Amino acid sequence: MATTELTSNNPRSDITPQANTPKIVCKDVWKVFGDKAARFLAGHPSKPSYDELTEAGLIGAVRDVSLKIHQSEIFVIMGLSGSGKSTLVRCMSRLIEPTTGEIIFDGLDLLKIKAKDLIEIRRHKMGMVFQHFALLPHLTVVENVAFPLEVQGVDRATRESSVLEIIELVGLKGRENYYPRHLSGGQQQRVGIARSLAVKPEIWFLDEPFSALDPLIRREMQDEFLRLQNLLRKTIVFITHDFDEAIRLADRIAIMKDGAVIQIGTPEELVLSPANDHVAEFTREIPRPKVLSVSAIMTPPDDRATCVGSVPADWKIEALVARVFEQDEPLAVTDTEDKVIGQVSRDAVLDVLINKRTPK
Amino acid sequence: MKAGPSDLMGRLFGRRRWLIFWMTALAFTVGLFFFRDIAPWAVEYPRAWVVPLKFWVSDFMKWLINEADLGLFTFKEFTRSISWVLNWFLVTAHGIFAGGAKIPLNGDAFFQIAPISWVALISVLVLSAYWIRDIGLSILVGCCFLYLAVFGRWESAMVTLSSIVVAVPLGVAGGLLLAVISYRHPWFGKAISPVLDLMQTVPVFAYLVPVLFLFGFGPVAAMTATLIYAVPPMVRCTLVALEQVSTEIVEFGRMTGCSRRQLMWKVMIPAARPTLLVGLNQVIMLSLNMVIIASMIGAGGLGYDVLHALRRLAIGEGVEAGVAITLLAIALDRLSQAYAVKRPVQMEKGLGFIRSHPHLLTALAIIVILSVIGFFIPAISHYPKNLTITTGDFWEKMITWININFFDIIDGTKAWLLIHILIPVKRFLIALPWMGVVGLLGLAGMQLGGWRLSLLVSLLAAFIALTGNWEKAMITTYLIGISVFVASVIGMPLGVWAAASNRVHRVIQVVIDTLQTLPAFVYLIPVVMLFRVGDFSAMIAVVAYSLVPVIRYTDHGIRQVPPAMIEAATVSGCTRRQILWKVKLPLAIPEIMLGVNQTIMLGLSMLVITALVGTRDLGQEVYIALTKADTGRGLVAGLCVAFIAIISDRLIMAWSMERKKLLGLS
Ligand SMILES: Nc1ncnc2c1ncn2[C@@H]1O[C@H](COP(=O)(O)OP(=O)(O)OP(=O)(O)O)[C@@H](O)[C@H]1O
Ligand SMILES: [Mg+2]
Repeated sequence: MATTELTSNNPRSDITPQANTPKIVCKDVWKVFGDKAARFLAGHPSKPSYDELTEAGLIGAVRDVSLKIHQSEIFVIMGLSGSGKSTLVRCMSRLIEPTTGEIIFDGLDLLKIKAKDLIEIRRHKMGMVFQHFALLPHLTVVENVAFPLEVQGVDRATRESSVLEIIELVGLKGRENYYPRHLSGGQQQRVGIARSLAVKPEIWFLDEPFSALDPLIRREMQDEFLRLQNLLRKTIVFITHDFDEAIRLADRIAIMKDGAVIQIGTPEELVLSPANDHVAEFTREIPRPKVLSVSAIMTPPDDRATCVGSVPADWKIEALVARVFEQDEPLAVTDTEDKVIGQVSRDAVLDVLINKRTPK
Repeated sequence: MKAGPSDLMGRLFGRRRWLIFWMTALAFTVGLFFFRDIAPWAVEYPRAWVVPLKFWVSDFMKWLINEADLGLFTFKEFTRSISWVLNWFLVTAHGIFAGGAKIPLNGDAFFQIAPISWVALISVLVLSAYWIRDIGLSILVGCCFLYLAVFGRWESAMVTLSSIVVAVPLGVAGGLLLAVISYRHPWFGKAISPVLDLMQTVPVFAYLVPVLFLFGFGPVAAMTATLIYAVPPMVRCTLVALEQVSTEIVEFGRMTGCSRRQLMWKVMIPAARPTLLVGLNQVIMLSLNMVIIASMIGAGGLGYDVLHALRRLAIGEGVEAGVAITLLAIALDRLSQAYAVKRPVQMEKGLGFIRSHPHLLTALAIIVILSVIGFFIPAISHYPKNLTITTGDFWEKMITWININFFDIIDGTKAWLLIHILIPVKRFLIALPWMGVVGLLGLAGMQLGGWRLSLLVSLLAAFIALTGNWEKAMITTYLIGISVFVASVIGMPLGVWAAASNRVHRVIQVVIDTLQTLPAFVYLIPVVMLFRVGDFSAMIAVVAYSLVPVIRYTDHGIRQVPPAMIEAATVSGCTRRQILWKVKLPLAIPEIMLGVNQTIMLGLSMLVITALVGTRDLGQEVYIALTKADTGRGLVAGLCVAFIAIISDRLIMAWSMERKKLLGLS
């Protein structure tokens, strides 16, 4: 399956070396909507709970969020509707002014810089894709894609020729002079994506970019997205409330509830050790073979059993289903240096497939 | 169980609390009436107490014109220079469309350039209609303008058109600008909102006098009055349009790094285009309406023709000029509406100017070529006089015939209605103690919207008494009340009918759309011809002019009743009649009341115009002030009209909102 290949082609080893230089850091970020929210926060002895805020007539859209987003990772934010995902992402780009906290972008405190510098950062380093596309109805595809350049004062001929490549990249060649209303939803979002990439941003925000699309188109767009990311290697903050989408795309997932981030981890970590019932509930429906890796179910090597063939420990179980069922003997599990570190039996795989609560 | 004090209050008054307040207030009012000897001043506002506001206003106006000095120049110099600029625009437009231009050569000789040829204008309009929409619109527009030429109304129509051509861009630009500032600085928006209310509700006649003083007699004053009237809807429309721009689009703009100016002009305004063009359409129609009225103060044009004909009772001419206004209105309305819904079409890139602007260039070419031809063939540049036709005789004869054959019926009905309904209602309203009315209004405000509304309504009502206009205001109230009642009695059943059948709905829609494009003035023509002057004629004109909103809102209100409720009623075995009375109407009532509210607003604006046919209300007061050039008197009476409008608007809106919330419809 081509898609699985792409997913596992997102090798974590690529990211780890740069992990110490996070692209964005959020420190104790709060966003509380309502009158005199800042005063209420300052006057509160400790950290107010969601209900305490509600009682005071306020909405705790983002509560005390601290996280780091690393260079070139796909960081997915998940949560139920109203859990504060959009607000958090808008705080990161300062579309919404956080009530308190710090947002550090490339080592720079975003909340302290001048309006002019903020405009410069947005013009050159940030791109954003919206749920309902947010295309300008009076501009054609090229004009829409070239709009960020127009805002910077690039002249028409230069900007329109320079975006042709990106338009081709998202597969809209030949439709450059269409108006948005003549495009399908999927095509419109391709324009949105192309437009957000036109200035070659370093960080890319996507707020539920595919949730307004039909399931089939949505899948196609996810593949497209992964293909682009393989080429471009942006730092990505991606919002979704579709778990399938999250596990297909994410390097790490943050789960939000009532404005707070309750757990951050790889899909596998979330499934294997949910921080609380809410996360467990959230991850219950996930097809386990897609997230669990072989190492999660392997048993220590047993010299008595004869292993036929071997699999790397970080493979997803999904990938070895066929192999396990071709024979009775277990498979040997190897680490990155090809050393055998365990074995996996047909029964263990079967347990995962029928969604039996798997052991740690 | 313990009974607290509030519990006690509740038990004493219960849900009947308001009823008790109302009974008290009513008893108080009736008491005032019967014991008028004890406190006569509470029944009839004493003359001696009238605040001489109108003199103050007049004096202020005199001071403004004669003495006010802004340092470098006087206030009058300031307004006159504005007027000079406006006049320049007007003269140019007038030259292009109506008058042509004279280029002096050496000596007394001059070279006469004709105004735009009628053939050229019609061709260009017909072509534009085709480009914008389709051949149907072309035919409509072509016929409308041909009528103007064939019936000898071309020149007047062009005078009117040239005013519109100047007023509309100025109105749109002004409205856009004010709205953008209000959007950026909400305090500014809050500050101008009441001013906009007044601009929309103070009748034109009231500010014509000060405008005349400030800007001088003639077309410029008419233009200024037109702008005062046409700008507020543009401001409102733009504000709504800007607020409707989706947050995502605004966020996109900010994320792209737009400056505030770029965000407004490159992102928000273009994204708001469809709603803005609705505003454009409104400005065009309101300008037309006003240009017609303002022709009374020397702007000439079609309005002047109608007025002139009415004064001489030249029926045929009046009808033809009225039809001309109507057709001009319809053509402009349909063209601008079609333009509003038109979207840009995709074009090849990289064409030169010539190939990317084919329409503009074709139009220019037509005008130039036909102008040159017109130089040699006069029939092209001016529609030949001997080819004009008139149906004046026909109308004349028809009206005479109606008057001869139906005089008894018409006059009898009129007399009966006057004696048995109109006059008693009028007497009753005039007899009401002013203090009681102010109190009752205040109470209504309190119940519907709290103490702020209560204070506003009672203060506005008290203003009317304080400035000595109480009795006239009551006559206005009586005329408007009866007219709105009649309009509702006619309009609601029509609305119900339209809501019940899609075919009826379509027919009625076309009719009321057309009715609504007609300038107020047009309604006077048939009324005066059939019913002569007086309260009755005024009532008929007001009803005819203000009927549309009741029909429209009733239709809409019933149609928006959730189908689930109707299904539920059907399942529980309601007959169609029961569904209508027990389900649809109660749910639609808040919406219908909004329609009634609109009807009151339209009715008031018409009522002032009916002063021309001799009423004795505030409208007449305003009109007399206009003829006597009395600034203070006109403005104060005009404010009273505006306040009546605002009182009823705020009360009805508050009621309707409350009701909608209660029914879970908003
Ligand atoms: N401008 C605002 N004013 C007041 N409350 C707001 C505002 N914007 C968002 N909220 C509230 O903040 C909370 C979080 O909203 P947010 O849009 O971030 O949720 P979300 O997780 O993105 O939800 P969804 O999945 O529906 O997009 C919600 O309760 C919302 O009602
Ligand atoms: Mg959201």
